[in-house]
Amino acid sequence: MIVRKTKNSLGIAILGLMLFFTALFLIVFLARIFHMGYDVLSWEFISSPPREAMTAGGIYPAIIGTFWLTVVSIAVALPLGILTAIYLVSYGKPRWFVQIVKIAINTLAGVPSIIYGLFGMAIFVNLMKMDVSLLAGSLTLAVLALPVIINAAEEAMRGVPHEFREASLALGATERQTILRVILPTAFPNILTGTIISIGRVAGETAPIMFTAATFYSRRLPQSPFDEVMALPYHIYALMTEGTHAAKQVPIAYGTALVLMFLVLSISAIAIAIRYKIRKTRKW
Amino acid sequence: MISYKDKLFKGITYVASLFVIVFLFGIIYSIFREGLPLFNVVSIKEFLTSTEWYPTHAEPEFGIYTLLLGSFYVTLGALLIAIPLGLGSAIFISEVASPKLREIAKPVIELLASIPSVVYGLFGMAFLAPLLREWLDLQTGLNIFSSSIILGMMVVPIIASMSEDAISTVPKSLREASFALGATKWETITRVVLPAAKSGIIGSVLLGFGRAIGETMVVLMVSGGSAQIPKSIFDSVRPMTSTIAAEMGETVIGDLHYQSLFAISIVLFIITFITNLITELVFLKRSSR
Amino acid sequence: MVKEQIKTENLNLWFGSNHVLKDVNLTIYEKKITAMIGPSGCGKSTLLRCFNRMNDLIDSTKIKGQVLLHDEDIYAPSAQVTQIRTRIGMVFQKPNPFPKSIYNNVAYGLAIQGKHSKHEISQRVEQSLKDAWLWDEVKDRLHESAFSLSGGQQQRLCIARALANNPEVLLLDEPTSALDPQSTAKIEELCVNLKNQVTILIVTHNIAQAGRISDYTAFMYLGELVEFGPSDQLFTVPKDSRTEAYLTGAFG
Repeated sequence: MIVRKTKNSLGIAILGLMLFFTALFLIVFLARIFHMGYDVLSWEFISSPPREAMTAGGIYPAIIGTFWLTVVSIAVALPLGILTAIYLVSYGKPRWFVQIVKIAINTLAGVPSIIYGLFGMAIFVNLMKMDVSLLAGSLTLAVLALPVIINAAEEAMRGVPHEFREASLALGATERQTILRVILPTAFPNILTGTIISIGRVAGETAPIMFTAATFYSRRLPQSPFDEVMALPYHIYALMTEGTHAAKQVPIAYGTALVLMFLVLSISAIAIAIRYKIRKTRKW
Repeated sequence: MISYKDKLFKGITYVASLFVIVFLFGIIYSIFREGLPLFNVVSIKEFLTSTEWYPTHAEPEFGIYTLLLGSFYVTLGALLIAIPLGLGSAIFISEVASPKLREIAKPVIELLASIPSVVYGLFGMAFLAPLLREWLDLQTGLNIFSSSIILGMMVVPIIASMSEDAISTVPKSLREASFALGATKWETITRVVLPAAKSGIIGSVLLGFGRAIGETMVVLMVSGGSAQIPKSIFDSVRPMTSTIAAEMGETVIGDLHYQSLFAISIVLFIITFITNLITELVFLKRSSR
Repeated sequence: MVKEQIKTENLNLWFGSNHVLKDVNLTIYEKKITAMIGPSGCGKSTLLRCFNRMNDLIDSTKIKGQVLLHDEDIYAPSAQVTQIRTRIGMVFQKPNPFPKSIYNNVAYGLAIQGKHSKHEISQRVEQSLKDAWLWDEVKDRLHESAFSLSGGQQQRLCIARALANNPEVLLLDEPTSALDPQSTAKIEELCVNLKNQVTILIVTHNIAQAGRISDYTAFMYLGELVEFGPSDQLFTVPKDSRTEAYLTGAFG
């Protein structure tokens, strides 16, 4: 009995230790980013372009670049994703086609992001002659975000009670009217959270934009979708691996990381908060 | 009139769902089209087994054995860290922690999963690596050990949140049955809860493996980048993903070096594809039960 | 003089290989209440759902025979499903209002037809809510969520929603099984009152309920229509021994 009791306490202590180590690492990690980043953070830092070969100045063009990359990619992926989810949930025939689409979604979701980068480079940049540009990078990111958005939209639509669909059809509505007037509005908040989470992911991706959109150093903002852009994640990488003034560049990298983390985490936090609220107030 | 609109709408959703398939084939087509020509010059066997990776020499060599090894070592190291930490945290959160801690821990884990990898890379490169070099008196802090730690911490939220899901779907009645027979909490966890959640947990580990082996930024920034067969965990390596990312900029479209990087991506694609397939099977098994 | 509203001719239905309805020949009379009773799984709900083609939603369904609405075969290739469903309304076992306002729930059927003016719609909404005896309870909060209503009110809202389409027939699938006795009584009363304007078919597992409100009763057992007739006859002098057994509580 004593042996079993000791084993029990020991086992639970080890589990607690695992959680403790995880938490410890994360605290050190977050503290480091916040502490180092906070030192360089200033209004000038987020509102002015880099100067003197990235050793001084701010990151304004990278913020704008990341903003546009994210907006354009979501604008492409969201309608495609929702329409695909509608097909899967509401029409779903023929079965073999649905199966193929699902396999494609799952496979896409598991493709490493660097391969998305290669794909974007081969197809959008070279084959379609978009060059390294905001457009090519956004399309690459859109392909990357698509499986996430489809899965979120599908799950949200499947969460709509079957009774709503029946009630609508029994009133003489067509399938399309049922989708547009009952299912989508009901699923919308959940689709929104899924989409917001994918926005966070898109904003933080580096590898897919390396060869498709991003540039090390630009003092001006993109003037058209065919311009190359700076982006926050790529800027961090560039600061750490290019240039010769590490002592000046590392603090800027931390500052950029803090801004990026703030953007991504606040976006995700909004999504989680919305979902929490939905779960609390939902009546069906 | 109504049916025309309905058919049109259905048609649009059908066409939209074709895009996923088109994109997947686009990815497969592009990497194979750009990568396969390499094998006219280099045999597949040499490509996979040669340890010589000198793509830019006058007489270039394209053996990715050391790169494969680099990827596997770093991934293995990451999983050795992430499995105990992720799974342990998940069990603690769902079986031991108070409901209040659980309510905080779950969203925090989700939030952490959304931290961009490049920020982890920065942390490893600017903080962890110099620290390790000083403490352990190493030549370089950019090595298998440090990149495993960073990559592992990146994978922890994935494993933790997915296995927590699996564990929390185990019916309460099973636990109660075990307690009613006089089992301790630890016995209930190891003999009842974990076996019942097994497939979900394995799925989470496989997903973590796929994420780790496909991750680029962390290994690009922290693994050191030398294409050699490592003799210890404190040696630098050059995983496949970081090779692609680091060298693509130096290539000319269509030259052998360019083709070889795409050929690496084919290998990477196949590895992740198979992992994904196995994960699917594990999950299908779960959902049909 | 009663007129025929719906008539089935040798109606057979399969779900996959499962033969659920067997040679059903049933006549429903206009502006009457017909109750369908029988033990669980006898096919009474499935038969009800044949009348507005809700069984179409189940992939494996196969149907043989005819369902005539007046003289029109609702399963004919030229038949318009959506139109049939506006002519034959349905209320389900569990109240299922949409997550919309009270007003928009009732307006839904008219809004999707897209041929009614706002004014017309609001008049129909008011009339339907009055017909369903809900108007006085909700007239001051038409734009609140339908989920703010009680269970019984929600079910009357669903009745109002179906009435807004001006249907010829109203199908009720165990409409009171999820409700308390008071709400049940109110809906029963409402049904009796509504038969002036609409033919009602009600599936119920509550024999007493069928006896209280129906003019005709159909007893089903194992997919067959065992007996059909005026309720007072069927309940007092059943012709079939199975009907008698069911009514006396021998099974189900």
